[in-house]
Amino acid sequence: MKNQPIITTKNVNFYYGAFQALTDITMDFERNRVTALIGPSGCGKSTLLRLLNRMNDLIDQTRVEGEVLFEGRNIYEPDVDPVEIRKRIGMVFQKPNPFPKSIYNNITYAPRLAGIKSKESLDALVEDSLKQAVLWDEVKDILGRSAMTLSGGQQQRLCIARALAMKPDVLLMDEPTSALDPISTAKIEELVDELKESYTIIIVTHNMQQAARVSEYTGFFYLGKLIEFGLTEKIFTNPDIKQTEDYITGRFG
Amino acid sequence: MVQKASVISRRIKETLIKNIFAVFALFSIVMLGLIVFFLFREGLPIFRVVSVTDFLFGPFWYPTYDPPEYGIGPLIVGSVVVTILSSLIAVPLGVLSAIYISEIAPPRLKEVLKAIIELLAGLPSVVLGFFGMVILAPWLQETFDIATGLNILNASIMLALMAIPTISSLSEDALYAVPRDFKEASYALGATRYETITRVTFTAALSGISTAVILGMARAIGETMVVLMVAGGAAALPGSIFDSVRPMPASIAAEMGEAPFGGDHYHALFATGIVLFFITLAFNLVADYISNRFKEVGSGTL
Ligand SMILES: Nc1ncnc2c1ncn2[C@@H]1O[C@H](COP(=O)(O)OP(=O)(O)OP(=O)(O)O)[C@@H](O)[C@H]1O
Ligand SMILES: [Mg+2]
Repeated sequence: MKNQPIITTKNVNFYYGAFQALTDITMDFERNRVTALIGPSGCGKSTLLRLLNRMNDLIDQTRVEGEVLFEGRNIYEPDVDPVEIRKRIGMVFQKPNPFPKSIYNNITYAPRLAGIKSKESLDALVEDSLKQAVLWDEVKDILGRSAMTLSGGQQQRLCIARALAMKPDVLLMDEPTSALDPISTAKIEELVDELKESYTIIIVTHNMQQAARVSEYTGFFYLGKLIEFGLTEKIFTNPDIKQTEDYITGRFG
Repeated sequence: MVQKASVISRRIKETLIKNIFAVFALFSIVMLGLIVFFLFREGLPIFRVVSVTDFLFGPFWYPTYDPPEYGIGPLIVGSVVVTILSSLIAVPLGVLSAIYISEIAPPRLKEVLKAIIELLAGLPSVVLGFFGMVILAPWLQETFDIATGLNILNASIMLALMAIPTISSLSEDALYAVPRDFKEASYALGATRYETITRVTFTAALSGISTAVILGMARAIGETMVVLMVAGGAAALPGSIFDSVRPMPASIAAEMGEAPFGGDHYHALFATGIVLFFITLAFNLVADYISNRFKEVGSGTL
């Protein structure tokens, strides 16, 4: 059963200055599905991810060609405000990056900016988001403590909770477990599985098992090109292209 | 055999180097210690003539009258007022310029602005004082129709010009040290640039900025040449910012030449130096404390 795509890229090229990091990327990201992006280091996975919420705008001298449609609208049209896009497309980074503020204030940072003021709404939001990110039980008594005192795995779940507090439609995750131990990793993988009920998730990973475990679709990238894109099951058991198979089986090189 | 000899010679060399450094370090500490000792030896005798409270809070500084009065209240007030007013000018300008330079300005403008600030830092204070005397003073006098342009306001503006480079460049370092990750996290949550600067970058750099402010103020309170030239020199409690004052450093510099060696006036000036020393020390300790405290808790729960 195919869902409606929530994000579509059409013939996207991306440049850092004169260097072309992405070439002719065309793909659909389906609603309420997990799509994994895999490929060797430097192939452009993070670049593509950051393209989808206009985070690349923050880097000088970058250029985008082609279209990135979010709910049918090209987010690179001149009249689109990247701030609005980023409110609806959340992001979790490779390295946990909580603010040097209390746990509570980490979560309420963005909602407050968005105009939520009442204490009850904020409290409820903090509880909901932390529960969704499976962190509530561990931190419910220390909400006032600095987020910097949490463990790496807890920090990453806090970052997920922080992104969820904005109730985004899409969650972009760039190697969210690469800095974590197996237990924290397993927790976050479970979390991804639950979150896809209500969110669309796009996840970059270097861990093949992870991609196979959590995603419905997988795209394999190499040197800035989308080599193969399809159902995860097919990519991992019977890929069409030899390069994909070599990469997945670890014979790449 | 050969190896053994080289090991021994290396050891000798290392010991030698270590000791040379130790001697230099010791030398500067001893020098500082001697200066402090001398300061106290020359300053403390005044308290045989006047009590500590009368000295610190006495409202009259008439060291050459008969009988003389050694109350440095007006001098302390002069220093404090000038320092506060100059901070009111220098802190917003210094911090805002740091924010502009580090977070907003395009790269080329940034370089230009940094160069200008460094130039300002390099201006000898006597040049600034000169500027205050010949240009700012007459202008103030005319504009506000006052008796003299050599007053608190003039001194504060000039001291602010001296403190701005310190505050700005140290604040800029603090802002620059804020990890890019924090800013990215903020933008990714849909915060605007303004929101990110005020609520994430600025707060994360707050300890460094506070240190910068305090060190800038310490510089203003100890600065001598400028206040000597443009504060007007009246050793009386001021009534408004257009009154002349005589801050502590100006008093010491102006009167030391005339004070008879070893006399009460001489000791009183040294005692004023002790007070100044403690104030500056306190500023530096507070700056140290703030920067350490925030460092430990990772900027804690701002
Ligand atoms: N800010 C930048 N400026 C210039 N070139 C960049 C920048 N960021 C990335 N690149 C280049 O773009 C290419 C793709 O980088 P990207 O970070 O998207 O790779 P990646 O697939 O995420 O790699 P990894 O798995 O190591 O994270 C690389 O060749 C990289 O050197
Ligand atoms: Mg990457």
